[in-house]
Amino acid sequence: MTGAERVREAIEEVNRAGRAALIPYFCAWDPDLETTRALLWAAAEAGASVVELGFPFSDPLADGPTIQAATQRALRHRPTLEALLEFVAGLYNEGYPLPVVIMGYYNPFFRFGLARFAREARRAGLCGAIIPDLPLEEARPWLREARKQGLSAVMLAAPTTPPQRLERIARVSTGFLYYVSVTGITGARERLPEDLALRLDLAREVSPVPVAVGFGISKPEQVRLLAPHAHALVVGSALVRIIGKEGPRAPARVRKALSELVSAAKR
Amino acid sequence: MLPNRQGKFGPFGGRFVPETLMPALSELEEAYRRFKRDPGFRRELSWYLREYAGRPTPLYPARRLSQALGGHLRLYLKREDLLHTGAHKINNTLGQVLLARRMGKRRVIAETGAGQHGVATATAAALLGLECVVYMGAKDTVRQAMNVFRMELLGARVVPVHAGTQTLKDAINEAIRDWVTHVEDTFYVIGSVVGPHPYPMMVRDFQSVIGREARRQILRLEGRLPDLVIACVGGGSNAMGIFHPFVKDQVVKLIGVEAAGEGLDSDKHSATLTAGEPGVLHGMMTYLLQDRVGQIKGAHSIAPGLDYPGVGPEHAFLKECGRAEYVAVDDEEALAAFRLLSETEGIIPALESAHAVAYLVKIADRLPRDTIVIINLSGRGDKDVAAVKEYLGK
Repeated sequence: MTGAERVREAIEEVNRAGRAALIPYFCAWDPDLETTRALLWAAAEAGASVVELGFPFSDPLADGPTIQAATQRALRHRPTLEALLEFVAGLYNEGYPLPVVIMGYYNPFFRFGLARFAREARRAGLCGAIIPDLPLEEARPWLREARKQGLSAVMLAAPTTPPQRLERIARVSTGFLYYVSVTGITGARERLPEDLALRLDLAREVSPVPVAVGFGISKPEQVRLLAPHAHALVVGSALVRIIGKEGPRAPARVRKALSELVSAAKR
Repeated sequence: MLPNRQGKFGPFGGRFVPETLMPALSELEEAYRRFKRDPGFRRELSWYLREYAGRPTPLYPARRLSQALGGHLRLYLKREDLLHTGAHKINNTLGQVLLARRMGKRRVIAETGAGQHGVATATAAALLGLECVVYMGAKDTVRQAMNVFRMELLGARVVPVHAGTQTLKDAINEAIRDWVTHVEDTFYVIGSVVGPHPYPMMVRDFQSVIGREARRQILRLEGRLPDLVIACVGGGSNAMGIFHPFVKDQVVKLIGVEAAGEGLDSDKHSATLTAGEPGVLHGMMTYLLQDRVGQIKGAHSIAPGLDYPGVGPEHAFLKECGRAEYVAVDDEEALAAFRLLSETEGIIPALESAHAVAYLVKIADRLPRDTIVIINLSGRGDKDVAAVKEYLGK
């Protein structure tokens, strides 16, 4: 199976069991790589389906205060993509069960070289990447390299995306389509837009790949409400906030929080 | 005519932004292209530029400065420092805020480093009756406290940004975050020829009034085109504004002067084109100050308006195709030029503009007799006198 197929299958497997898949986000190196490793294992134990691993960037312009703070903590370790791929390879040597996709801003990938990144990512066992500042019009070079290596190139759609454009985005996205729930930046929210369920239904109708919804989702009630309307749900800031508070003691707490969200994802 | 339909200048430019903003950028591009051709809009903008901002600005023959440099040059200063709010920034903010109003937006936001663009945006917003929020790095709000007060007097709300390096690049990040969140009713007024398409093109067009005037004026005064046009480059809007109408005149040499800060080997400079490498930041592919793995580095210059780790993508293109040359002068050289222009012409230039003067000082000896030089004096130096006093330890 290619990376993209692994991601898709992991989501569809739980969908067949009557649940929406849970995709937790962690920022690598927050607060250090050992904790990140423990968090990834905690996510697997809690029943997550795919993990989104953030590569910290100096200028995270799509992120709210919580993930900005995580990024600042992580940048102290001077992270590199080489080290991240080595980390992922090590994880799979230990028998890590979940597909991992990396979430990162474009410049570090561009510097690394897209062809080289795709090649080395596949070798490390990484399943794909989400690049939030690489919209459809600029994504062609990355889509080409990702396809060559069978990686999942996850594209994003937003509430401002017109229907026809949504279709075009969904057609090139592999692994899954990331539907941004709100017009805004990442971060836990008390309330999500009222028409979100409807928008997700429309997105699922046109998308040949599973639709994951993310941004703002933090509570079991929200998960319960959205689970029937999405194939997968991404939870980021709510978990990152726990890590910010608990530091190296976070994995146990994250496992518990994530387990609650997983059980709320029954349809 | 560049950019192409994807907003590319060769490999540079483009639209590297979150999907949420893509429809807003298309809407903006469409509105801009429509109003650019609309006689009503053009009339309105030129009326404000003339009656409110003070255009046209003089092309002033700087005889005493020329004398001090050997007396062999025909040297002119394009006096953007005489505009309302003291710099070229108002050319762009009047254009963008008028466009915002025509597009029915009720709120404008802006980023600012030293505060010049923030003041110019707050000014245009006050004039045209729109709500205005300005993002400014927390460090800059301390360093430029007077400009914060100025913006507040003009009715704007100034939001200090505590993220990252707490300077201009982080203020841009925060402005983009605001825009992503309020994209329906908000217009983002970018202050330089940077950001995602159509901003580099639009800001260039609004600033090109500088070069159009200068070209007409020099032909009238000298009967021929200049040999050299020199301008400082941070993001690059004043330079793009004066370069653009001369780009097709191959005989005119275009020189952009960046800030070498404490020296190009010191890691404390803002010489993006001279010492940076291509990458993607703030929605554009361009030259950047970055480390080996692609993290963006902080920039430094004694001139607060130059310290930005990126540069307009069209400058990156003009560099790559060789149409313009980019050089750097350091803090000391800029300060010396700051004093020289003050003493010889009675004009205290902005420290940014002093960089352009400083480069001419460096090369004057090598230029043949009767070389016609135009320096874009992009702003006045009142804002810098306190900093210069402190720097000189007086």
